[in-house]
Amino acid sequence: MSTETVEKPIKKESEALLSKRRKSLVSDPLNDDNPITIQVLGICSALAVTTQMKPTMVMSIAVIFVIVFSNLSISAMRKLIPGRVRIIVQLAVIATLVTLVNEVLKAYAFDMYKELSVFVGLIITNCIIMGRLEAFASGNKPYDSILDGLGSGLGYAWVILAVAFFRELFGSGAIFGYKVFEAIGFSSEGWVGFDYQANGIMVTPVGAFFVLGLIIWVQRNKTGYVEN
Amino acid sequence: MDLVNLGIKAIFIENMVFAYFLGMCSFLAVSKKVSTAFGLGLAVIFVLTITVPVNWLLQEYVLNEGALAWINPSLAEVDLSFLSFIMFIAVIASMVQLVEMVIEKFSPALYGSLGIFLPLIAVNCAILGSSLFMAQREYNLAESAVYGFASGIGWFLAIIALAAIRERLKYSNVPDGLKGLGITMLITGLMGIAFMSFMGISI
Repeated sequence: MSTETVEKPIKKESEALLSKRRKSLVSDPLNDDNPITIQVLGICSALAVTTQMKPTMVMSIAVIFVIVFSNLSISAMRKLIPGRVRIIVQLAVIATLVTLVNEVLKAYAFDMYKELSVFVGLIITNCIIMGRLEAFASGNKPYDSILDGLGSGLGYAWVILAVAFFRELFGSGAIFGYKVFEAIGFSSEGWVGFDYQANGIMVTPVGAFFVLGLIIWVQRNKTGYVEN
Repeated sequence: MDLVNLGIKAIFIENMVFAYFLGMCSFLAVSKKVSTAFGLGLAVIFVLTITVPVNWLLQEYVLNEGALAWINPSLAEVDLSFLSFIMFIAVIASMVQLVEMVIEKFSPALYGSLGIFLPLIAVNCAILGSSLFMAQREYNLAESAVYGFASGIGWFLAIIALAAIRERLKYSNVPDGLKGLGITMLITGLMGIAFMSFMGISI
């Protein structure tokens, strides 16, 4: 028996593709660390587009796209960007991605482009995106940054979709344009005998504040988070 | 007279906060005390009054289709309007930087009291929003200057009012889950209802 030891190549312990830590990058922003309800970021666009489900859906997809890819590019360049000019670099990256989204919408979904109007452009100043770039992507590896962006984007998406759900349901009695109340017989021909009266306040900006405030109340009661 | 009308419309009827939800992040974050809200509001008015007309000039002489014709007739075909987001945000970011340097040089006291809020203005959506609305509604130079100033005033009034209410709110008994952001959203909603009463007024 030889005493020679077989030289084993030193293998670096690589992290699993979806390790626990990485899963929490995606799942934390959904509830415990939600960008809108806990961190109070990105409120402007959350309220402005949520009168109906359809534009809200488009908006959330656009934001998820922008946040994932800006996180990826800033994270890939994080060692090249001098600290003093990083804000401008980040804004330039975000603005480029938003311009892309805007042009795609203009080309393939012109009605949606008209409906969202300036709010696509305002994704640039959505603080969630800047916040993630500043807090996460400028100090972490690209793959982690993608997961982090995905998590924050989804956390943002579910809140605005929830707001839009209630606003469209009570404001126009529909979901995705489908008249729900008529379908279950809540109309003058149905068993109720009178039409559903749309709640006008839900369509106005005021309704968005109330719905979001109540969602925050319910969510914080569940998680037990108290702001001082 | 049209300009006065436009200004009043931008302050009350189409208030940046209550009608378009713009600038909500800093509106919610910096409205805990009236004094800081006052400083931020002033800075926003200042930056808006400068950036909207500057962006108008940019739009008119660089970005629009055929706008470059004043350099050379052969450039009349060029349409750079897809670059508007990047140009607008660059103007805003550099203008904020400039304002910061000017204030630091000429009024250190004001600079000290504004502190970190100045650089934050660059990512205030009310600023970019006004420029985008200006482009969308095709205002002329005078109109865009008035519009920028008036939307700044509207934002200023809104944040001062909210800060004053929140200062009083400290002494009330709010349910735990609603503390902070929740109750602020509900209050902003109620204030929005008050501002809705201005709807339909024209002078």
